[in-house]
This record gives sequence, C-alpha cells and structure tokens, in this order.
Amino acid sequence: MATRLKPVDVVTVGVGMTGAILGKEMAALGLKVVGLERGPQLDTVPDFQSPNMHDELRFAVRKALMQDNTKEAVTARNNSDQTALPIRRWDSFLPGTGTGGAMVHWNGQTYRFQVADFIYKTHIEKRYGKKFLDPDLQIQDWGVTYDELEPHYDRFEYLCGTSGKAGNIKGKIQAGGNPFEGWRSREYPTPPMKEHYAGALFRKAVTNLGYHPFPQPSSNLSQPYTNPEGLSMQTCSFCGFCERFGCEHYAKSSPQTIILPAALKMSNYELRTGCQVLRINLDKDKKKATGVTYVDAAGREFEQPADLVLLTAFSLNNVRMLLLSGIGKPYDPKTGEGVVGRNYAYQTMNSAQIFYDESVNINPFMASGSSGTLIDDLSGDNFDHGPLKFIGGAYVGAINTNGRPIEYRPTPPGTPKWGADWKKAVVRHYNHTVNLNGHGGSTASRQNYLDLDPTYKDAWGLPLLRITFDFPDNDIRMARYIGDQMKKIGEEMGGKQVAVQAREKSWNTTVYQTTHNTGGAVMGTDPKTSAVNRYLQSWDVSNLFVVGASAFPQNSCYNPTGTVGALTYWAAEALKRYVKSPGAMG
Amino acid sequence: MEQDSGKDFEFSRRDALKLAATGLLATLPVTPAVAETKPETHAQHNQTSAKPAKQNAPKTTYTFLNRQEAAFIEAAVARLIPADEKWGGAIEAGVPNYIDKQLGGSWGAGERLYRSGPWQKGTPTQGYQLPFTPAELFRTALKALAKQMKKPLNKMTPEEQDSFLKSLEKGGTDLDGVPAEVFFSSLLQLTMEGFFSDPVYGGNYNKISWRMIGFPGAYGSYYDLVDKHGIKIDREPLSLAEDAMGKIHTHPNIPSSLKHGQGGR
Repeated sequence: MATRLKPVDVVTVGVGMTGAILGKEMAALGLKVVGLERGPQLDTVPDFQSPNMHDELRFAVRKALMQDNTKEAVTARNNSDQTALPIRRWDSFLPGTGTGGAMVHWNGQTYRFQVADFIYKTHIEKRYGKKFLDPDLQIQDWGVTYDELEPHYDRFEYLCGTSGKAGNIKGKIQAGGNPFEGWRSREYPTPPMKEHYAGALFRKAVTNLGYHPFPQPSSNLSQPYTNPEGLSMQTCSFCGFCERFGCEHYAKSSPQTIILPAALKMSNYELRTGCQVLRINLDKDKKKATGVTYVDAAGREFEQPADLVLLTAFSLNNVRMLLLSGIGKPYDPKTGEGVVGRNYAYQTMNSAQIFYDESVNINPFMASGSSGTLIDDLSGDNFDHGPLKFIGGAYVGAINTNGRPIEYRPTPPGTPKWGADWKKAVVRHYNHTVNLNGHGGSTASRQNYLDLDPTYKDAWGLPLLRITFDFPDNDIRMARYIGDQMKKIGEEMGGKQVAVQAREKSWNTTVYQTTHNTGGAVMGTDPKTSAVNRYLQSWDVSNLFVVGASAFPQNSCYNPTGTVGALTYWAAEALKRYVKSPGAMG
Repeated sequence: MEQDSGKDFEFSRRDALKLAATGLLATLPVTPAVAETKPETHAQHNQTSAKPAKQNAPKTTYTFLNRQEAAFIEAAVARLIPADEKWGGAIEAGVPNYIDKQLGGSWGAGERLYRSGPWQKGTPTQGYQLPFTPAELFRTALKALAKQMKKPLNKMTPEEQDSFLKSLEKGGTDLDGVPAEVFFSSLLQLTMEGFFSDPVYGGNYNKISWRMIGFPGAYGSYYDLVDKHGIKIDREPLSLAEDAMGKIHTHPNIPSSLKHGQGGR
C-alpha cells in the first residue's frame, strides 16, 4: 500500500539536465518542487575524483555511470517481424542514471539545429517537391521555429559556458565560425578550445577542398567561466577521459556544475534520490495528472500528489512512462495512428581512419570530449539534394576524443583481430591515425517506433520499452554519399591509407553509435501526429509537460543536447505562463 | 636496475607454456598479488617508456580457474597476444591472472548483465542472449572443450594452437550450450581487457601494453601540449593505482558501478 505524501506544486520525474533546469525555474517562482531521481546523487567531489575516475575498464567498457540495466533494460529488434530481445549489456547507446543523467557522461558537443530543421517537412517539400521523399518517411515540422528558440539556445549556451566561434551574428557572417549556422544573438560565452593535431590536419585538407572548417562548439571549457547562476567552471585539461566519465575538474558542463546547486540552495526545492517512478497518476477522466507513484531505494511505495508533473527523464524513459501511465494513444505502425512511440529516430554514424607514416605523432590521448574541427558543408540541407535522391546530411570532422587503448586501437582493414600481425599493426598505428566522424541525421519513418515489450519486465514488474528500429533506405543512401566525401577528404589529408565505414543496415545493438535516441513523444501542432504541443505540454493531460529529445519529430545531424537545452528553457517560459493560468496551451 | 630486476620472476612465455603443459603452473608456489610490485619498481619508474620492460608478470594465484582450465587459458592467450622480440604478450602482462580474477569476481557473477528470461536465440544485431554469467560461460565451455579435444591446447604446437583458435572464432561448434564463437569472443574481449586495462586489475603488468603503444596512462593534463602538434611523448605511463613510489596497488574487483545503493531521501 502506497504511503500518500503531502501534496506539492511540482514534481519532476528525473533530475538530469531538463529536470534540474525546470526544477530550478519552477522553484524560483516560489513553487514547492520535488525532484525525483531513480539513481544516486552524484557530485564532482567526491564522486568524479581521482584516482577512481580515470579507469577505462570501469567507466568506458563496463559503463559504471549508466542506467542499472540489471533492473531496467530495453528490448530491441530491427523490424516488426522479429521478436524483440533485451539489450542485456549497454553498447549501442548509454542512458545515464543519478543526478545529472546522461549530461554527466556526455562529451560536451553543443550544437544548434539548423533553421530549416524546425520546418523540415515544409522546407523539403518546398525545395524538392512532395514526391521527392521515400514513401516510408514520416518527417514533420516541429511547431516551433528557430527564431523562437534562439534566445533559449543562447541562454543554454551561456548556462554551459560553451566554447566556440560564432559564424553568424544577427545575420552577419563571422570569419572562423560556421557560415552555415542559424543566426545567433551574440558570440559564444568562451572562445574555442585549442585545436589538436588531428583537427589541424583536417582543417588544412578541407580548406584546400573549398570547405569551411570551424572549431567544434564545446561545453568542455577553454577558460574559466562563471555562469548566470553564479556557478564557476574551470579550464579543460584535455585529459582524454571525458565521454562515459564524470569530469573531476569542473571543466565539463553537467547539471551538477551548472544548475543543480542553484536549485538545491532553495528551501522550496527538494531532491529525492533512489526513487523509481512507476507511473503518473491520473484523475477519473484521464485529463489531469494527480501526481506520481514511486518506490524508494528500500522498496517502500509512495504516492506524491502534485499539481504539475514534469516528465524530465531520458528520452526513451519519457516515452516509456507515458505508455506505462496510459497517457496518449500508442502508435500503431500498421495504421499510422496513435502518437506515443511515433517517429523514434537515432543518428546515422559514419567513420573513417587516415593512417599516417610513423613520423606523424597524432597523440590521440590529448583530447577533450569535444575538441575537434569540422565542416557543416555536408550537413542537413546545406547542399542540393535534388540530383542525389535522398534527404539529410552529416557534419564531418576530425573529432578525436580519446586514446584509451581497450577500445581505441585503430588498424587498417584486413588486419587480423589477434596474433602477431595484429599486435604489430596496433603498435604501428596507435599514435599515427586520425579518425573522421560523419555524424548523420536520422529521418523518421513509419516503421520505426517505440512501444511496451509484451514479454520482458523490469525489477518492479513493469514492461520494458521495446525499440523497433533500422536505418531507412534514405539514410543508407545519405551515408554512402557522406562516406564518399569523407574518402576524398581523407585522401587530401596526406596519410598513406584511408579507410571509410559508411553506415550500413542493420542497426546493431552491440556496437556503440550514439546516445542520441530521439522522438516517441514528439512535439507539433496536430494532436494526430504529435504527443505534445509546441510548448511540450501533453495534448491529453494538460498539467503534464514532457521535456527532452523525445520531443524531436526527427533527428537532425547534430548532437541533441544543445537543442534539448533550448527546448527546456522554451518550455520553462511556457510553464511560467501556465502557472499563472493553467490549462491547455496548444 | 633493469637487468637484476625481477630475476625471481623472470618467466618467459615458453616457460609458461611448458609449465602449463605439465599442469605445474597452477600449483607452483604462489606470490600474493600485493607482492607484484617489487623494490626495483621505484628505480624503474624513472626509465623511459620507450624501453621495453623485460619483467614478466608474477605467477598467478588461481582462485577461480582450475589447473586444467588455467592451462587452456594460458596457452590460448599466449597465441592471442604473443610475445615478440621487443614486447611481451598476454602471458608477460599477466592476462591469465586478470581473467581468473574477473571470472571469480563480480563481473564473472553477472555484474551489469540483464538476466531475466525467457531465453531465445536472437539475430546477430541483438547481442548476447544466453543465460550464462561470464563465469558460467567459461566454465561450461572449458569443460566441454576438455571433453571434445583430442589433445589439450597447451600440448599443441603454436601453429596447431592458432588453427584451433581460428576454428573456435569461426564458430559452429556447440560447447554444451555455448556457441564456440561466443566463447571465443568472450575470451578475446577479456584478453584485450587484461592486456590494455589499468594494472590495478592485475593484468597489463608493468604497464607493458601502454609502453608498447605509447599511451601515457590514467593521468594526463595536456593543456600545454595539445597544440604542440606532432611532438613525441615519452614518459613513464601512470596507473591510477600507483603511489608516489611508483608502486601499483592492485585491486582486481573494483565494482562496475559508482555507488552501491541509490541513497534514500
């Protein structure tokens, strides 16, 4: 029997980036806010400190910071004809747990989406005509425009202290920045990070080829910075233990370094860790949330009544919570009806290695999670797709993030996986290889979706989330094109050999790709094709907002965190209006 | 210092194989893990990483693998990562010790593995779908191999060993419910981990693999070096478990989580 707790004004389900920002913003209005986090409280000190943090096996290979998959896994299959089976060990993507969520172990790569991304369907149909798209594709407009989001992108970047070089300030192109980017109201808060050798080699080659290189925007900081919340950050030391690790130096923007302390110092904000939310409770009409039910670390069940429920978990868990709570109509790929689980998308990753002579020391271990140089010439719709017969693109860059040797041992194609020749090749190439990354978008399609698994359960007896996903044909054609361009760039970089891996079918759960799982509770202006309105408010339950990459109608070719941050502040502004005058905002 | 260092521990791959063949290795007098670092390590701390380390890992105190299993593992890893004229291989790096401790510890018991049924064979893209923990998987497969093999692996010539390992890698054989290729990929993964992970886990003895490839180890602050393009870093690699005297304190059973329990309100 659940113990009924004293009602509060706001409860956030999850205290990662979106939960920490909204928790703080709501508490600042004087509301009583409870943040429920299933994992532990994690802080830079003592949790991310040496010596334990610099352990590749523990954190990168065995994923010590990730969601406890022994209790709560995800099932996966490539298409509806297969039986989904549990992902029994995290590999392809890595949901975090504990305060800060996935923004603890992220790399800090902080992008904005393109102007056209937010009006994707309108833009593509206008430029290429309605018949250009493969019939399985299901792209949509977001219901919010770039211009509307710009102040919120800006606010998020200034919260993070993001290091970069603007390419477009209020429409004026800036030398050294990305000329393709959407306008920004001002320069980045801190200058770009130093360029590593791989980045410099790439810069030279792409300049020769007529492309427009720029430094990767990074929330691993280039210099000390104090954000508008009064929280101070330090300079990144390029230690090479970034993605999959917490930062011991206060140099990587994570909720515990940039926002959570501001919430925690308010007496009307309360963090509760070890709290696994089982469902959002609804009133009789299923039009209003009455709060949430959760189980604490000792197994005790509580009902926490709340006037406003903010679903702020990882994208996949947001979708699962809606399904577990019976909120919104589940998507059916056969009929195309229903919205929860619709338009699940991912990222289409391509890679290349350039193998150099032994005199060229790349020193891959001198890296931050987001040091690197890239081009945006091949991103999104920055080039004419008319003759190419696909939509979407990729940013291409030399984005070397580490040289940790259990997982980083580049060898040319054809090298055996073990034995004397393997060993020679590892020694020969470890310090003399540059990696290119072709970070491609993921087009939403009819057949890719999320729902509840009919068989497998979590430790609380609830169905696991089921992912049905494979790369649409469109995205495979895009990957091949990007791979061809990467080959040309690689050849210009002066190595002895170039190897390219363009993404092929099928999605493989055993190989890391990205943790950029998007969609499933997408935003929009039509309740028939979106689960939340343009303010991220549930169409069905007006005192529920669902915030995260779950709202992306399809995924652009950029890392999602910057856009999740912008949407979070966009929702925060809407919530300020909602609190004054509750009700449907659509 | 190097030449008189670790004489008691000088133990070539060939010796290891010979001993393994006789089954002696598992019963030799044992050296506790804490004795892995010897007084001379300090002096060695000052040598440059470019010099191959001639020391070999101390004899393993097997706590999980039995003699027969240990003999197989030693013979196998010696071929997966063989020693060469310059650099030791898996034996010299203490990989069998790493594998033994991992299988006997939390990882072997199924740490971070979702273990609920039902159990069904999946597609290759669905990953590992067997009910075995790593410890169960190794034990089951090694037992089946012992029954199936006409000649123990450690009694084969290196060429025969390679061709046997290749047949495991290729797969298609059933090892009492463990597909041979699954066993092989698990063995290869643990071997690579034991060779390249921090020496705190009891492998990568004397940071041999890090010296070999030029990885400076657990600690690095490269802010001042990152834009000095192409420089050669030639420093002693650092283990996370290394004290100021250069002594590495091994701790093979570090949990694969950050905090046990989630903490209450």
